[in-house]
Amino acid sequence: MWPFRRRARDSGPRSMRRSFVTPEGVDLRLELGGAGARAGAFALDLLAMTIVLVAVTIVIAILAFAAKAEILGILWLVGFFILRNFWFTLFEMGGRGATPGKRLMGLRVVARDGARLTGGAVLARNAMREIEVFLPLSFLAAQAAEGLADTFLTLFALVWSGIFLFFPLFNRDRLRIGDLVAGTWVVRTVKADLGEDLAAVAARRQRRRFTDAALGLYGVYELQTLEDVLRNGLPEAIATVAATIRRKGSIPDDGDDRGFLEDYYAALCDRLERGLLVGRRRENKYEAA
Amino acid sequence: MNANASALLDASAAPPLVNASRFRAAHAGDWERLDEILTRIEKGSLGRLSDDDILALPGLYRTTLSSLSVARDTSLDRALVAYLEQLSTRAYFQIYGVRTSAWRQLGRFFARDWAIAVQGLWKETLVALLLTLASGAVAWLLIAKDPSWFYGIIPQQLANGRDPTASVEALRGTLYERHQDLLGTFATFLFTHNSQIAIFAFALGFAFAVPTVLLVIYNGLTVGAFLEVFAAKGLGWNALGWLFIHGTTEIFAICISAAAGMRIGLAIAFPGRESRTDAAVRAGRSAALAMAGTVVMLAVAGLLEGVGRQTIVDDNARYAIGGAMLLGWCLFFYLPRGRSA
Repeated sequence: MWPFRRRARDSGPRSMRRSFVTPEGVDLRLELGGAGARAGAFALDLLAMTIVLVAVTIVIAILAFAAKAEILGILWLVGFFILRNFWFTLFEMGGRGATPGKRLMGLRVVARDGARLTGGAVLARNAMREIEVFLPLSFLAAQAAEGLADTFLTLFALVWSGIFLFFPLFNRDRLRIGDLVAGTWVVRTVKADLGEDLAAVAARRQRRRFTDAALGLYGVYELQTLEDVLRNGLPEAIATVAATIRRKGSIPDDGDDRGFLEDYYAALCDRLERGLLVGRRRENKYEAA
Repeated sequence: MNANASALLDASAAPPLVNASRFRAAHAGDWERLDEILTRIEKGSLGRLSDDDILALPGLYRTTLSSLSVARDTSLDRALVAYLEQLSTRAYFQIYGVRTSAWRQLGRFFARDWAIAVQGLWKETLVALLLTLASGAVAWLLIAKDPSWFYGIIPQQLANGRDPTASVEALRGTLYERHQDLLGTFATFLFTHNSQIAIFAFALGFAFAVPTVLLVIYNGLTVGAFLEVFAAKGLGWNALGWLFIHGTTEIFAICISAAAGMRIGLAIAFPGRESRTDAAVRAGRSAALAMAGTVVMLAVAGLLEGVGRQTIVDDNARYAIGGAMLLGWCLFFYLPRGRSA
C-alpha cells in the first residue's frame, strides 16, 4: 500500500522503525517520532507562538502609543495572520524540515516516498491543522465568549478535536490527517555521539581470560544489553550483572566489577563476531552455541 | 602481500581487537569530518563551508553509508551502528532534502507551480463557480417572490440596514460611501479574514467536500440576496459594479480554494485506480499550492475592496477595474505553461 518496501525483518507492526531505502540501496531504517514527542513539539510551538504574539503585541502597542500610525495596526493584523497560518509552514520549508518545537524534540518532517519535501506537501499538512485544532477550538471560544456554548456544542467541539488529535494513535505510522493528505511523516533525527570503543578500552591492559564454557553462556541480545549496562555506567547495574555472570560462569570474584565486565564484553564480542564471519549468528542465550 | 601478512600477524598477536575496533580505527576520521560538516550545515552556516568540504560531502556520505552496511553485517557494537545510522540519515537529508533557496522556490511558485496547480483544478473551479451562480439565482428568485426570505438568508449583523425595507436613498448611500481613514487597516482586515475562510474551505474539503460545497452555496446565496434587494429598488447595475470591482478577484479566489478542497475530498471518496492514500497525497500537494495562491489573490481583493472601492465611486471605473482583474487572472492561470522547466 505504501510506496516503499517493508521488509520482514522489521520486528512486527508495533516497531517504530520504518524501512527507507536510499538511492544507493541502503536501508536507513528511520525511526518515527512517537506520539508523546509529537504532542510535546506541538505544545512547544504553541507556546513559542503565544510568546511571539504577546511580545509583538506589546511592542506594537508601545509604538502605537508613541505615534498613532495606521501602519502599526496593519502590521499587527498581517503578523497575526502569518503567525497563525504560516508558522509551521515557513519553518518546515526550510532546510531543517522542522519547527523550533520539533527541533527541540529531535523530530523532522520527511516525505514518505523518500523524495524531496515539496512546498505543496508542507502547505497541505499544515493547512489541515485548521480543521484539526484551530477550527473547533476557535469556534468553541467564540461561542463561549457570547455565552452560547451549551453542553452539546462543547461536547461536539471536543469530540471533533479529539478525533483529529488522537488520529495519529489509531494508525501504525503515527500520521496526522495533514500527514495523510500531504504524504509526509515525522521521523526522529537525533544527533548521537560515537560512543567509546568498549573492546578497545579492555585491550589496553592485561586482560582476563575466559573459558569456552563461560563465553558460551550468551548471545547477541545479551551482549548488547551488556553494552548498554557498560555505557550507562550505573554502579548497581554493573555489580548485579557482574555477579550474575560470575555465578553462571563459575568465575571467582576479583573485586573489579567494571574491569571484569569490559574484558568479558570484549571476549564475548570477539567470539560472536567470529561466529558471524562463518555465518553463525547466535541471537540470544536460548539458541544453541 | 608482505604488508598483508604482517597485518595478519599483528592481528593474531593482539587477538582482543574486535571488528568494531578495527573498523572504527580505519574510518572514524571520515565519519567525524562528515559529522562536523553536517553540524555546520544544520546550524545554517552553509556559506562558511569551504569548497573542499562541499566537494567532499557526497564522497563522505557514500563512505559512511557503506560503513553502515558493513557494520550491520559484521559488527555487534550497537552504539557504532546507531551512530552510523543517524549520521547517514542526517547526511541523506542534507544531500537529497530541500536545498533550493526560499527565493528560488518562491519564484518558481509564481512562475509555474501556482498556475499549473490552478489549471489542474479547472473542473472543480467551474463547478464551484456554477454553484455560486446557481445559489445566487436561487436566493434572487426566492426573495423576489417573498422578501421575508431575505431575513432567513442574511444575518441581521451582516445586512446592516441593507434589507428589503430600506429606502432607495439609504441603499444608494451604502454603495457610494466615501471613507478616508483607516482604509489600509480595513483592507488588511478583509484580506486576513477572507484568507482564513479560504484556508477553512480548503481544509474542510477533507470531509468528502461536503462542508466546502455548503460554504460555496452559502456564499452564493449571500451575493444573490443582496443583489436582489438593490435590483428591486432599481440599483441593480450600481450594486453589481460595487461588487464587481473586488468580487471578480475575491469570488474567483474563493472558487479556487473551494475547488482545492473539493479535489481532496473527491480524491478520498473516489480514488479510482490508485490507493486511497496515494490519491489523497497527489490531490493534496497540488491543491495546497492552489490554496496558497488564493491567499495572494485575496490580498489583492482586500486592497481593491478596502481601498479601491472606498475611493472610486464611478460605476464605469469600477466595472473596468473588476473586468481587467478578471481578464488578468484568467490569462495568468490559463495560458499554457511548459510542462518542464
